[in-house]
Amino acid sequence: MDQLWIDLAAVLAAASPLVIAAMGETLSERAGVINLSLDGTMLLAAMTGFAVALTTGNLLLGFAAAALVGAAVATVLGLFSLTLGQSQTAVGFVLALLCTDLSSFLGAPFVRVPGPAVPFTPIPVLADLPVLGTLFFRHDPVIYASFLIIPATAYLLYGTRLGLIVRALGERPAAVYARGVDVTRWRYALLIAGGALVGIAGAAFSLDLKQGWSYRHTFGAGWIVLAIVIFGGWRPWRVALGCYLFAALEIVATRSQSALPNFPTQIIQVAPFVLMIFVLALVNLASSPAAMRRAATLPQIWQRPLLGAINRLRATAPAALGQPFERP
Amino acid sequence: MHIAVENLTKRFGPVCANDRLTVSFAAGQIHGVLGENGAGKSTLMKLLSGYIQPDEGRIVFNDMPRRLRGPGDALAAGVGMVQQEPLDIPAFTVLENLLCAAPPGVFRSRRAAQIALLDLAERLGFPVDPAARLDQLTIGQRQQVEIMRLLLCGAQVLILDEPTTGITAAQARALFAALRQIAAEGRTVLFVSHKLEEVAELCHTVTVLRNGQVVPPGQLPMPQPQEYLLALMFGDSGAAPPIYRPLPAIDAPPVWELRNVTVRSGALHLVDLNHRFAAGRIIGLAGLDGSGQQVLLRLLAGQQAPDRGQVLVNGRDLTGAGAIAFRQAGVEYLPADRLHDGMIGALSLADHFALLQRNGLLVDRRRAEELARQAIADYQIKATPVTPIASLSGGNQQRAMLALIPPTARGILAEQPTRGLDVASARAIWSRLQARRDDGCCIIFSSPDLDEIMEYSDEVIVCFAGRIGPPIPRALLSAGRLAELIGGVGFDALVDVAR
Repeated sequence: MDQLWIDLAAVLAAASPLVIAAMGETLSERAGVINLSLDGTMLLAAMTGFAVALTTGNLLLGFAAAALVGAAVATVLGLFSLTLGQSQTAVGFVLALLCTDLSSFLGAPFVRVPGPAVPFTPIPVLADLPVLGTLFFRHDPVIYASFLIIPATAYLLYGTRLGLIVRALGERPAAVYARGVDVTRWRYALLIAGGALVGIAGAAFSLDLKQGWSYRHTFGAGWIVLAIVIFGGWRPWRVALGCYLFAALEIVATRSQSALPNFPTQIIQVAPFVLMIFVLALVNLASSPAAMRRAATLPQIWQRPLLGAINRLRATAPAALGQPFERP
Repeated sequence: MHIAVENLTKRFGPVCANDRLTVSFAAGQIHGVLGENGAGKSTLMKLLSGYIQPDEGRIVFNDMPRRLRGPGDALAAGVGMVQQEPLDIPAFTVLENLLCAAPPGVFRSRRAAQIALLDLAERLGFPVDPAARLDQLTIGQRQQVEIMRLLLCGAQVLILDEPTTGITAAQARALFAALRQIAAEGRTVLFVSHKLEEVAELCHTVTVLRNGQVVPPGQLPMPQPQEYLLALMFGDSGAAPPIYRPLPAIDAPPVWELRNVTVRSGALHLVDLNHRFAAGRIIGLAGLDGSGQQVLLRLLAGQQAPDRGQVLVNGRDLTGAGAIAFRQAGVEYLPADRLHDGMIGALSLADHFALLQRNGLLVDRRRAEELARQAIADYQIKATPVTPIASLSGGNQQRAMLALIPPTARGILAEQPTRGLDVASARAIWSRLQARRDDGCCIIFSSPDLDEIMEYSDEVIVCFAGRIGPPIPRALLSAGRLAELIGGVGFDALVDVAR
C-alpha cells in the first residue's frame, strides 16, 4: 500500500513541468493566442536555465533566465502574429523548430555536464502526515509551485475580473474592445506571461526533474502539453488532470521496461504518447455531436444521465482562438 | 446629455460617407435617424460612439468638444451604442458579461452588480435571468441585456442601430416602452432605422440622411407625413408601395403535402401535421422566434427528416430522401443567414453558376459567365460576374441568391427574405418573388415583421409554441388579429374550427 502512495507521489512530481507549461499555454490560449512554439521554447529555456545556473551557481538566476527566454520567444510570436497579423500557427511552428535547433546548437558545451539541482525540501510537520505527507509535502519547491499554480490559474480565470477580460479576449475581442480595453496590448501581456511560465517549465526539467542537459532533453513534452490543453477544454483542473495522466503513463512505461527486458525500448518510450492521444480522443469522441444524437435515441431513463455526462465532458474552444483582431 | 456634430466629414476612399454633417440631439428625447442603406447613418453613429474617427469637423457633448479615440472613450464620456448584433460575449452569463471590463468603481461586487441589474430590469420591464448564458438567448433578449449593460456603465446617450431587425413584435413593443422610459429619465436616445412606421410611433424628432448629408438641413419635429419622409429618403425615385391584390384559387396539384408528419427538433415537437401547400401562392409563416417556423421550413426543404409520417413533393413521396433529392424535385431553400448558409462569400456569381454545372469534369467558364451576366441584367444586381459575393451589399446578395434559383423550381422556401434590407431593396426582392409566384411557384416565407407578412402573403400560417395553425386567407385577416394569434390568443379556437 505504501508503495502505491510513493508511486502516486512520483506521478505528481513527474507532472510538475507539464502542469506549469500547460497553465501557461492555457492562459495565452484563453486570451485567444496559440503559442505553438511551446516545445521549442521549453527546450531553449531548459538549456538556458541550466547553463545560467551552472555558470553562476545560482538556481534562482537559472529559473529567471529560463522565464526570460520563454517571454522573449512569446514576444517574437506576438510581434509577428499580433502586431503584423501573420498566422499564429505558422509563426509558432517555425519558432518551435528554430528554438529546438538553437537549443541543440548553443547547448552543445553543456551536454551531460553535472550541474546544480533544486534541493529536496520536505515541509516540516506536514511531511509526517500519513498518506498526505507522502503525496504532497515531500517534494521540492518547483513541485509545490506546480500544485499551487493550478488553483491559482483557475481562480484567476473564473474568480476575478481580470479573468473575465482574459476569457472575453479569447471569445470575442471586438466586445472587449467596445468596452475600452486595448485588445492587442492585453493579448501581448497574457502571451508573454504564459511564455514565461513555459520557460520556467523548461527549467523545471533541466534543473529538477531530469537534471542536466542533453539533445532533445524534454523528449517532446511540449507537444503533448499542447494536446492536453486542447483536450482538457482550456479548463485548468481538467488540463492538470491530463498532465497527471500522462505522467502516470510514462511511469508505468518505465516500470514495464524493467519488467519486460526483451521488449523494444523504443516502443515503450513512445507508448505513453500514443496512449495519451488515444485517451484524449476517446474523451472527445464521447462528447461529440454524433454521440449526442446517438444518446438522444436512447430510452428516456438513460438519456438524462448520459446527456449530463456528455455536457460535462464537452469542451468548446475559445471562439476567437487563433484569430487576429483588427480594430474596426 | 446634449450631443451635437459640426461639419462632420468622413471619407472611405473616394466615397464621402458623411459630408459636412451638422445636427444636434437634445437630451430627454428619442431622435429618429432615417435613411436608406448607404445613406451614412451607420457612419455617423460609429463616429459618435468612437468606433471610427472623423476626417474633419467635431463632436460636441454638452457644449464640450470631444476627441473619441475608441468606443471606450465614448462610453466614459457617456455614449453607448447597441449594435445590430449586440457586442456581448456569447459564452458568458448575463452577469459575467455585465462585469467584464466594466468601468472601475461601477460595481463593487458580483452581488451589487446583480442587484443593480435586476433593479434596472424591473424598471424597464425586461425579464432577465442573470445566470443565463447569452448564447442561449434570442437576439432580442441579448439586445435588452446590452441596453441594460450600457446604462449601468453610465451611458447618458443610447444609440440603437436598426434595433428591431431580428426581434419579435412583442420584444419590439417592450423595447419601445423601455426607450420611452429611458428618455423620460432625461437620457438621449438615437434610434437609427429605415422603417418609417417605427420612427413615427416612437420618435420626438427625425433626422433624414441621404448620400451622406442631412436633408433638409437640421432636425424635423415628428410627426411628419409618411410620403414626405419617403421623398426625403429616396429623392424623387421613391416608388409607391405595391397594392395588395387578392389571388384567385388555383386548381394545381399541391407542391408539398404533409401526411401525419411528426418531427422533433431540440425542445420543439411538431405533432401530426397535415397540410397541402398549393402552387401559385405566397404563404407567410408568422410567429414568435422559434415557434416552429424554421423547423417547418427545414422539413419542407428536406434538411430535416420527419420522425413519422410522409412528405410528398409534387405528389412523389420523398420522406427522408435528403436535401439533394428535394432540390432535384424543384424545391429551393433561401436561408436567413445569406453569407453563412446560403452562398460562398469568396466566390463570384459566375463561380456560383459554375458550381451548379453537373456535367463533365471541367468548368464551362464561358457558359457560367454568360448566365451570371444574364442574371445581373435580369435582377439588376450591382456587380460584375467576377465580383466576390461577400463584397456585395445585402440587397444585392439576396438578389443574387434569387437569381441562382433555376426557372424549373416549383417551390421556394425563404427564411426572412428581406432581413437587413432597406425599403427599396426589399420591394425589389418581393417583386421578383411575386413574379415567381405568378409563374406557378409556391413560395413559403417566414418573417418576424408582421407588416411584411400582411403585405405580401396570399395565405398566412401562424406558428405558436411548436404548433402549426391552418392557412388563413390574407383577406380574412387583420393586423390586430394576427398579432393576437402570434401570442396564442384565440389560437386553439382557430385550430378547432379548421378541424
